[in-house]
Amino acid sequence: MREQDIQSSSEPDDEIVMPHRGGGKAFVVLALVVAATVVIAAAFAAGLLSTGASKESVTITGAGATFPMPLILKWADEYHNETNGKVKVNYGGGGSGAGITQIKDKHVEFAGTDAPLSASESAAYSLVHIPETLGAVVVAYNEPGLSSLKLDGPTLSRIFMKNITVWDDPAIGALNPGSTLPTDQITTVVRSDSSGTTFVFSGYLAVVSQDFDSLYGQGKSVNWPNAIGASGNPGVTQTVKTTPHSIGYIELAYAIQNQVQSAHLKNHDGNFVTPSPDTTSAAAASLGTLPSGDGDWSQVNILDASGADSYPIASFTYILIYKELYNNQTKMNRTAAEALVDFLWWAVHSDGQSHADEMYYAPLPASVVSGNEDTLNSITYNGEPLR
Amino acid sequence: MAARRPNSLFSMGRKDKLFELSVMSVAGLTLALVWLLVAKMILDAQQSISEFGIGFVTGGAWDPNRDVYGALPFIFGTLVTSTIALLIGVPVSIGIAVYLSELAPPWIREPLSFVVELLAAVPSVIYGLWAMYALRPVMVDSIEPVFVALFGWTPLFDGQPVGLDKFVAGVILAIMIIPTVASVSKEAMRAVPDSQREAALSLGATRSETTRMAVLSYARSGIFGASILGLGRAVGETMAVTMTVGNANLISWSLLDPGQTMASLIANNWGEAQGLQLSALIEIGVVLFIVALIVNVLARLVIGRFMKAVPTTGGGI
Repeated sequence: MREQDIQSSSEPDDEIVMPHRGGGKAFVVLALVVAATVVIAAAFAAGLLSTGASKESVTITGAGATFPMPLILKWADEYHNETNGKVKVNYGGGGSGAGITQIKDKHVEFAGTDAPLSASESAAYSLVHIPETLGAVVVAYNEPGLSSLKLDGPTLSRIFMKNITVWDDPAIGALNPGSTLPTDQITTVVRSDSSGTTFVFSGYLAVVSQDFDSLYGQGKSVNWPNAIGASGNPGVTQTVKTTPHSIGYIELAYAIQNQVQSAHLKNHDGNFVTPSPDTTSAAAASLGTLPSGDGDWSQVNILDASGADSYPIASFTYILIYKELYNNQTKMNRTAAEALVDFLWWAVHSDGQSHADEMYYAPLPASVVSGNEDTLNSITYNGEPLR
Repeated sequence: MAARRPNSLFSMGRKDKLFELSVMSVAGLTLALVWLLVAKMILDAQQSISEFGIGFVTGGAWDPNRDVYGALPFIFGTLVTSTIALLIGVPVSIGIAVYLSELAPPWIREPLSFVVELLAAVPSVIYGLWAMYALRPVMVDSIEPVFVALFGWTPLFDGQPVGLDKFVAGVILAIMIIPTVASVSKEAMRAVPDSQREAALSLGATRSETTRMAVLSYARSGIFGASILGLGRAVGETMAVTMTVGNANLISWSLLDPGQTMASLIANNWGEAQGLQLSALIEIGVVLFIVALIVNVLARLVIGRFMKAVPTTGGGI
């Protein structure tokens, strides 16, 4: 037997060992392949280096949270049309953490994140927070025969901690008088990837349950006990839909678009609330004074917010940009800096916010919009304000 | 090569020299790549290695909130799913290979071999999607309940079938390695000289006896090699496993419980990992490399033993 090097990472195509074929021309082919590779690589390198914004149009690049990604892409599309193709906005997704890393490294001009920066971080990098929309996390379930489900925070946290493992647990029964609860085991479905959705959901569980806070805590990925992990909001949605007796958490838009059943949650005021853009906006309206754009946002929290109609698992999602766009070495020219600020101004006002509602994101309350105006007015290019 | 033929460089034509140099550099590149890979991984995993030491391999938590990381559930998941894949995949592959090599008439053999080889080139995400939408319902509705009814009393099939578990992941892995294992095994069997078959037949052996005595024992090392290739794919497979295994950080003997493999852990967490978690993920890569190495060495030792037991070695793939 011929010796073979087997690597676990080898591609499927490589694994079929072809019978040896002799041939004098083999080296010619080989040399050609090598030469072609070099030429192509060189061409790519040259292409990448010479790619710059042409004079007429501006391209703004962002990356980060996937939670607001559908909305940002919609904005990019609409704004591109509205400016007659002059401003092109690219948003690469990749997750909140990746977005923050990329803006710190100045690879992107703006970053999306679901978790605000810590006070020291926003100060150290002089990044400002622009809350651009609100999202809600929905508790989706699949229990045939259970057309309506009411839950409160403590019960929900016990389900995800596996302290409650069957549907006919007395705690669930007490919240759903009159419903016949099945005896099946509950399958919990969570995110297998690091995500802002998990950050918001685990944040809520940590607010309403001391046990959850001390055992698991809030984070973009959580060490869930015995839960099925699925990738992305689409993955969790699909898994809940196809797994009887399951319960999971997904972003509001996915729940509505996919017609997944969602639980009514008991809010801070004791009312059971249906998740919707309106009840999400209500949660944000309950906030008092917000920090300024360059202030500390790490304490801003609309989880378990007060107010009769407030949905309890809601959160801002933020765009981060540099306060001074000239000194940040992003090689942004003044035109691009102006385009970035104008685009964000457009997005947080009614032009952009009207798209939020139709895509099941909650529109920003007026108080947040005026805070964003102050922030955008304070953005400078080489010391000069851009608006 | 040059060492064995000291004068060859002088006697070779320019074309030959160029040929030798180009293939040598490509081969050397592979070796350099493996070394670079290992060195770079160990370097980048340094933070995690110094933080957890050997406890990394025995630790059961993967908790980015508390920055505690351990690899045991993922080593467990990798070994369990790969074992299921081999247990199901290898016998089926040998069956396919025997039919193609010994029994099938040429007009069936050629197209069928082609189709089997074609299956090896299907991207794993396709297998994964197929597993989620087509295999999973069948497993949950028909196959897993049968196993629960028959073997529910063992810890292996304890629980409520959900269809995102180690069993389903093992089955899809088996399906994925079959094309590779079958086609390489078939080549090994085709390489058995006809004189072997004729000798067995002339001793009065039946067709199945001939296959067993002459073909299978002669091609044994080739079949083992094929199985190792399959194992390599099963251990490192990422997409299809991530989509079916349930991605739970859990060590459970029940095949109906979700689990997680090392490759799927890396795929799931790489995107947003930073700092110590990133370093720990890279250390998972190192552990995966070591596990693959150990499995290969063990398999080679087994082959070595068989090659000694059977004096007629050969049947090169």
